[in-house]
Amino acid sequence: MEVLILGFFQWFWNLFGLWDGIWSWFHHVWPLAWTLMCFVAILVPLLVGVAYMPYFERKVIAYMHVRLGPNRVGPAGLLQPVADGLKLLFKEVLVPTKASKMLFILGPIIALAPALVAWVVIPFADGWVVADIDAGVLFLLGITSIGVYGIIISGWASNSKYPFLGAIRASAQMISYEIAMGMALICVLMVSNSLNLSDIVRGQNEGLFAGMGISVLSWNFIPLLPMFIIYLISGVAETNRAPFDVVEGESEIVAGHMVEYTGMAFALFFLAEYANMILVSFLTSIFFLGGWLSPVSFLPDGHHWLAAKVSFLLFCFIWFRATFPRYRYDQIMRLGWKVFIPICFAWILVVGVWMMSPFNIWK
Amino acid sequence: MMEFKTFVFYVLSAIMLVAAMRVITARNPVHAVLFLVLSFFTAAGLWMLLEAEFLAIVLIMVYVGAVMVLFLFVVMMLDIDIERLRHRFWSYLPLGAMIGLLMVAEMALVLSGKYFSTEVLPGQSMPAGYSNTKELGHLLFTEYVYPFELASVILLVGIIAAIMLTLRQRKDSKYQYPLEQLAVKRNDRVRLVKMPSNKEPSAGQGEQSS
Repeated sequence: MEVLILGFFQWFWNLFGLWDGIWSWFHHVWPLAWTLMCFVAILVPLLVGVAYMPYFERKVIAYMHVRLGPNRVGPAGLLQPVADGLKLLFKEVLVPTKASKMLFILGPIIALAPALVAWVVIPFADGWVVADIDAGVLFLLGITSIGVYGIIISGWASNSKYPFLGAIRASAQMISYEIAMGMALICVLMVSNSLNLSDIVRGQNEGLFAGMGISVLSWNFIPLLPMFIIYLISGVAETNRAPFDVVEGESEIVAGHMVEYTGMAFALFFLAEYANMILVSFLTSIFFLGGWLSPVSFLPDGHHWLAAKVSFLLFCFIWFRATFPRYRYDQIMRLGWKVFIPICFAWILVVGVWMMSPFNIWK
Repeated sequence: MMEFKTFVFYVLSAIMLVAAMRVITARNPVHAVLFLVLSFFTAAGLWMLLEAEFLAIVLIMVYVGAVMVLFLFVVMMLDIDIERLRHRFWSYLPLGAMIGLLMVAEMALVLSGKYFSTEVLPGQSMPAGYSNTKELGHLLFTEYVYPFELASVILLVGIIAAIMLTLRQRKDSKYQYPLEQLAVKRNDRVRLVKMPSNKEPSAGQGEQSS
């Protein structure tokens, strides 16, 4: 990819006979320019996706309720996200009188930033990754654990009761489910023997069934089925989506940490939530559903498979919201600590024994 | 010209020093905790610069992502009157200064000693394919497996001790038993009573219910 674009530049400037002159100084900045290009190429589609996620969600839920959903702005309501974005942009950002002003503004920024930073280690197809680092999974766990600060800081800085309650609920819930998620990932790391996300995907293309041409049966979600389910549910809890949305449960604490926010400051929380949803869907596809691999060998691998898997998981997120009633808070804590974490421990043991036994399928 | 790495080192060190100073000078305890988070974060950046990416990420994951969140959680709940705490600043100063001097002396001993001086430590950077994480894991589970296991047992004891110290069984508090709730059959909760529907209502009852 990098060679292709560089080759295009060379061809373009050679038309004017300027390439050698330009390259003599440009090769100093080329790595930086290339990285920036990668970021733009990832962030622009991501933010467009984030903008259209609420539209998708409203439409899907509407059809599940036998309604029409947004259909007034543009054809089939397709310009609704643009209208919503413009409305939020032109609204005034209010800061409450007794709020801690700097932290109040910092909160939404910290909530959004980790959701965007994590994308550098996501492989979209074989070799299509900005930073192909060996500690990729650790990096992801570290970066996503920072996101909770956005919620805590904004809840505290608002200097008001509902945001504070929301922040406390959020911190307890997100820390609890991070443990379950990390434990589920330990099993994935054990079987793929790597912390590199690209290697984890490649590892799922090996084995008995992959050799027979049906790699879908070699993906991690079959031998690690309990971990897959736990990771998916913890992902819903980690992004504070229904049925685990007690952080902003509107019938209990109005909108939690977002109560005092207006305009774009509020929109940043909104963007962060949807960016996190998309990120968790990508991670679930990469860790358990074979990433960019095609389910059968006669179809070519590629990023479209990853897109299909992610779309299905995003649909599941919305499906859950339309289906399940909200959990009670103590039941959320019980599910995280007393159900998921013991199951994870047990399955780590099972996988360990399995890998040492003659029936090991991950050689 | 200064090397780029050196420049990054000085920027990170400056941020870290300012953040560390603000931890002890900030008037608001929540601000102090957040500055501590910032200094951890920049310390992780410094370690990353030393090619210790595993340690750097673990520092962020464990301290920034978990420990400091709980810390912040507690500090936010407490009603700390910082002025009252400042009141006895001068009486604590000699003790604090002594501990500080002791730490400076220890650091000087370590850094100037023969084990940790820059001549003794390997300064060369590793080849590109070298995985710090893998090497560390390999050493932990082969050469240092007993100290590693010992440390984990000590941590486990710590966890159990903390739970035992805070666990208070109250007799009057009500618990839910989800397994019992799930195991309930219809007959445990509902009793179907057969009543004839054509019974004549007595005059007095009919008036009361309407």
